[in-house]
Amino acid sequence: MALLLRGGRVIDPAQGLDMVADVLVEGSRISAITTGSGMSRPDVEVVDVTGKIVGPGLIDAHAHLREPGLEYKEDILSASRAAVKGGYTGVMAMPDTDPPVDNAAMVQFIYTRGRQAGLARVFPVGAVTAGRKGEKLAEIGYAAQAGAVAFSDDGQPIANSEILRRALEYLRPLKRPLIDHCQDANLSGRGVMHEGLVSFELGLEGIPSAAEEVAVARDLILSAYTGARIHLAHLSAKGSVSMLAQAKEKGIPVTAEVTPHHLILTHEVLRTYDTNTKVNPPLRTEEDRQALLQALRQGLIDIIATDHAPHASHEKRVDFNQAPFGISGLETALPLVVTYLVKPGYLSWMEAIARMSTNPAQIFGLPGGNLRVGSLADLVVIDPETVKEVRPEDFASKGKNNPFIGQKLSGWPVMTIVGGRIVMRDGEVI
Amino acid sequence: MFRRKDVLGLRDWSKEEIALVLDTAAAMKDILGRDLKKVPALRGRSVATLFYEPSTRTRASFELAAKYMSADTVSLNASASSIAKGESLLDTIWTIEAMGVDVVVLRHPVPGTSLQIAEHTRMHVVNAGDGAHEHPTQALLDMYTVRERLGRVEGLTLAIVGDISHSRVARSNIWGWQKMGAKVRVVGPPTMIPVDIDKAGVQVYWDIEEGLRGADVIMGLRIQLEREARGFFPSFAEYTSFYGLTRERIRSINPGALILHPGPVNRGVEITDEVLSSANAAVNEQVTNGVAVRMALLYLLLGGGQGDGFAS
Ligand SMILES: [Zn+2]
Ligand SMILES: [Zn+2]
Repeated sequence: MALLLRGGRVIDPAQGLDMVADVLVEGSRISAITTGSGMSRPDVEVVDVTGKIVGPGLIDAHAHLREPGLEYKEDILSASRAAVKGGYTGVMAMPDTDPPVDNAAMVQFIYTRGRQAGLARVFPVGAVTAGRKGEKLAEIGYAAQAGAVAFSDDGQPIANSEILRRALEYLRPLKRPLIDHCQDANLSGRGVMHEGLVSFELGLEGIPSAAEEVAVARDLILSAYTGARIHLAHLSAKGSVSMLAQAKEKGIPVTAEVTPHHLILTHEVLRTYDTNTKVNPPLRTEEDRQALLQALRQGLIDIIATDHAPHASHEKRVDFNQAPFGISGLETALPLVVTYLVKPGYLSWMEAIARMSTNPAQIFGLPGGNLRVGSLADLVVIDPETVKEVRPEDFASKGKNNPFIGQKLSGWPVMTIVGGRIVMRDGEVI
Repeated sequence: MFRRKDVLGLRDWSKEEIALVLDTAAAMKDILGRDLKKVPALRGRSVATLFYEPSTRTRASFELAAKYMSADTVSLNASASSIAKGESLLDTIWTIEAMGVDVVVLRHPVPGTSLQIAEHTRMHVVNAGDGAHEHPTQALLDMYTVRERLGRVEGLTLAIVGDISHSRVARSNIWGWQKMGAKVRVVGPPTMIPVDIDKAGVQVYWDIEEGLRGADVIMGLRIQLEREARGFFPSFAEYTSFYGLTRERIRSINPGALILHPGPVNRGVEITDEVLSSANAAVNEQVTNGVAVRMALLYLLLGGGQGDGFAS
């Protein structure tokens, strides 16, 4: 049976396409995009999407799916459900599981579990170092052969600069980027929030911006020196952005991402000591936030990624120092971007979709991210107008840790299609 | 009048609220001067102290304050190990609440805990120190002591010397004194001065001679022993030589200044015995006034003045 999405505003950054049109899906692929087709074949299910946006399915370049080993926080099935509820058709899974994804068998395991879930496409990221210990390289080549789309020790920085250098060199022929969590662990120390006026007032230990900036500088220098591609995860500081600008100017092969929460919130929200605002890197100042917004607009920051980090509620319901870092973000990323960035005019719809779908697909060489005829039919349909409250009981993710709970947001996804199959409709996972 | 459910920190208090507590404390201090130190003001009410960090002095001060006003007290020991076990603080709070306690006095090593708890209990919560965040009753007793000695707080200059970064006493005093119209300086090595503290209207001095010059009140802070190992300063000898409150230093720079210290003191490190026993020091009065201030707070929190047998 074919599927026709009729009358939506079709946006595809890959082709520079933005028009009202019908999208015909046959089998697992897009077979036509036409205007006013009036197509009515008996074997076609027609869905009226008038007033809605039809775009390539979102791709999250940074999520923690917690399986194997930490299934009490999340597993690949619950994360896949959260992903398609959030409009994501593809998710890159960070390797900081237990055991970590640091070999070919583990990479295959993640693929298998993703296929078994049968919802969003799950793309494993392999660990850079064996056991994520930061001491010696993992079997990166085998893991790449098994399909690891990128390499990262995320959750922690790669402290040893020589290991980072060797990893970058080794990755060059494999053509996979290295994703670094940019943070000097000595400088971040025991910090739990941004170091500044608010951390002073709250009496909490701070993480200075310099902890990120020092690591960004090192990463850019090593990327330039080795010629290898590096992707800077979840940037948070103004200084990182200006170094990124210089590096791109010089032609250093670097890309970068930012999360919705770093674009929307500042350290001011920590005044409630709500552990759901505890993230790493920390929420910083308004000045930093403005710099991130501007960099995103200019395309200097290529990607909006969730850094989806689900935790069990008992883990977050403790004092601020004990609480783990992270936000369960897959289900709120799109409405946050629409509400806070698209509606106020910081980003056009085209730009938002580029940064949440087309760019991650291109940077990591993933299927999807475009609406070309013949491409995989990975699609999202977004209702720009419906306003809905963020409620933890609506989350498909096991992690209910989210600082936007109680807020009313617009721009929710109403349909997610993976490989031609409707996997989410009106918020229900099918 | 006093309308707060909880006493969590002075940052969001008004000048009027602080003044009310100080005025009420003056009446309470009269009781402390009597032979029979007991009034029925809080008869039938109960106060629990829940300390996750040892502090005999602060705890005793709160418990005596409650007892002098005829409240029942219960003291709960919470060890660091129960924190390590991840035992929920909220569960403990709800247990205490279920026992019918009216006020819980909480000391906890992590900033913000009293705030987090106050939202989840009907009991009045008094913050007796939460990490490096606030220690409001200490700042109130400091201001009370100064008002008693110098007649006012308004218009004075306070110099706080030492590890400002890790001090809840410093924070509560900064907020309180500024509200009361005083100037606050912080003095210490840059490693112990919080980043951006100047944005809170505080003047920063790295040089103790400059920092003490012209200060009406000098407050020494306790230097935690592990700070040396964490690299905040090279050695105790060097710290004392650059930032110690010595007799010579006080005499040559600011002979008339009133000296405060929240205790307990590392004698000879941040302050010398000679200074502590000099006429400038008000350290023992601080202890007495601590009881009076805590009596005032418990009295105000529990709706004091409404036909409860204590007439002020
Ligand atoms: Zn990270
Ligand atoms: Zn991450």
